[in-house]
Amino acid sequence: MTIQEYFELVFTDYTLRTITLGTAVLGAICGMLGSFAVLRKQSLLGDAISHAALPGIAIAFLLTGTKDSNLLLIGALVSGLVGTYWIRGMISKTHLKTDTALGLILSIFFGFGMLLLTFIQKQPNANQAGLDKYLFGQAATLVESDVRLMVIVTAISLFILLLFWKEFKILLFDAEFTQTLGFNTKFIDILITFFIVLAIVLGLQTVGVVLMSAMLLAPAAAARQWTNSLAMMILLAAIFGAFSGVVGTAISASQDNLSTGPVIVLVAAVFVFFSFVFSPGRGLLFREIRFRQNRRDLELKKTLQFMYSIAKNHKDISHPHTVRILNDFRGFTRGTLRKLEKKNWIEIHGQNWSLTTKGYETAENLYNQQKPHD
Amino acid sequence: MKEQQPAIQVDDLTVAYNYKPVLWDIDLTVPEGVLMAIVGPNGAGKSTLIKAILGIIDPIAGSVAIYGKPYKEQRKLVGYVPQKGSVDWDFPTTAVDVVLMGTYGKLGWIKRPGKKEKKEALEALEKVGMLSFKNRQISQLSGGQQQRVFLARALVQDAAIYFMDEPFQGVDATTEIAIINILKELRKAGKTVVVVHHDLQTVPEYFDWVTFLNVKKIATGPVKDIFNDDNLTKTYGINYKVAINK
Repeated sequence: MTIQEYFELVFTDYTLRTITLGTAVLGAICGMLGSFAVLRKQSLLGDAISHAALPGIAIAFLLTGTKDSNLLLIGALVSGLVGTYWIRGMISKTHLKTDTALGLILSIFFGFGMLLLTFIQKQPNANQAGLDKYLFGQAATLVESDVRLMVIVTAISLFILLLFWKEFKILLFDAEFTQTLGFNTKFIDILITFFIVLAIVLGLQTVGVVLMSAMLLAPAAAARQWTNSLAMMILLAAIFGAFSGVVGTAISASQDNLSTGPVIVLVAAVFVFFSFVFSPGRGLLFREIRFRQNRRDLELKKTLQFMYSIAKNHKDISHPHTVRILNDFRGFTRGTLRKLEKKNWIEIHGQNWSLTTKGYETAENLYNQQKPHD
Repeated sequence: MKEQQPAIQVDDLTVAYNYKPVLWDIDLTVPEGVLMAIVGPNGAGKSTLIKAILGIIDPIAGSVAIYGKPYKEQRKLVGYVPQKGSVDWDFPTTAVDVVLMGTYGKLGWIKRPGKKEKKEALEALEKVGMLSFKNRQISQLSGGQQQRVFLARALVQDAAIYFMDEPFQGVDATTEIAIINILKELRKAGKTVVVVHHDLQTVPEYFDWVTFLNVKKIATGPVKDIFNDDNLTKTYGINYKVAINK
């Protein structure tokens, strides 16, 4: 199937439509809630939570013996929440730093989950095949009920987000101040964390334990580059996430043997790369261009000012001087004279230059023009 | 005749991290309408005292009363300017948005700021001389400007008592003067202002009340009575020669 065929089929083919819708919704909710994780500097929390969810999936399977994805997700949710609770406990009750607590919980839970998975695989029961899809995800296994659940959870979290918008925003910016205003910061905090855990658990089937945190962080990190407004950042992150989901699904559906989860993550990474380089405000490219332009402009003007300091000693400001005296001035290059002449600041006669009236005035007022204006 | 309640009454306040005391048996009475500096060396517990009064930190023991009642019941009478460095100024928001956050307390849960709050926020920005920066992204403000935005946020809280944690830290002379003028205006309007302060030189000039703190309370009272070598030496442990008669 080519990508073009994919887009022709996506509206008519039931399976394709379900999977595409699923990855789009997943990308949107992850982008939205991932913005909170990024702004709270809890980027690694997502990684820890997704890994912490693995033993929950295995235990849910061992207890029920079914592979009903909703049941397994409840298991993942419980163990993800337990992991989160332990991380918070470790940070507040011991001297361990956040990264240590995250790393410990991540690897202990993941190790335990892998142990259980191996144990399950050795069981004389054919039913267990396919549990390992939760490691790297398998979008092809998405069915309508999975997508319905994603849509419902996304709708609820959107509603909560809009309802507590003001509280979320102030807590993200200044938690202590929020507390002095009388808001229950613990409640807001738990609400945000709960929904982040929920989004992660929803994505496990599609993207998998290992790559889930990228779904959470990449769209948000990309969105931050384009805007200075929180609402716009969250909106953009949701759009980037949804777009990564759709494009990733399209690419993986159009090729054989490309699993969807990693492709979605890579598409999201392209968004990140593009944003970090090309965003007009914070992007590396435009910042570098602006930096060079400003520097060159200033060099030019400072050369002019140096010429002014020579010229002003003469009664006649347009008295010609030799080019040679400029050679040792830092910032003076061969192109300088041409550029200065083009701006009508100087005139060149052979090996001599002279200031124009315009050049004289520009140099005289240079500092006032250059002063940073608030 | 009804007895005049002190603005702030702290009794036996003790705060400790693990076993190490940070504040020990603090008794403090701050009368209404003073502009008070809290001074003391690093680690003396100045910020902790403010945070304990505001309920950000749980004390081990002791009580705090704002106009005779627990802080929880009197929140709306209290405004707070945290240390500038306590937040991430790269947060995606504008100056006026930060100031609007000062109205959130009175709004309570869920309700959004409306026209009235917006107007108050703009007025507060004007008072601190930052109106023309209202839509500026906060990371693009200088340190002094960020401090003014924080002050404006406290002003819209329209409180009776203000707590400020080192509002003069890292600001230039112009901003320092602008800030102290606003603080003096607040005092003139009958408000009580408590400031964690580092520059001993300016204490007599800026403040009329002072508390010396070094884990224990050394002294508290009018600047003209107690701001002397004796108390400075007790607080800082060395003979601190400050040009009081400058």
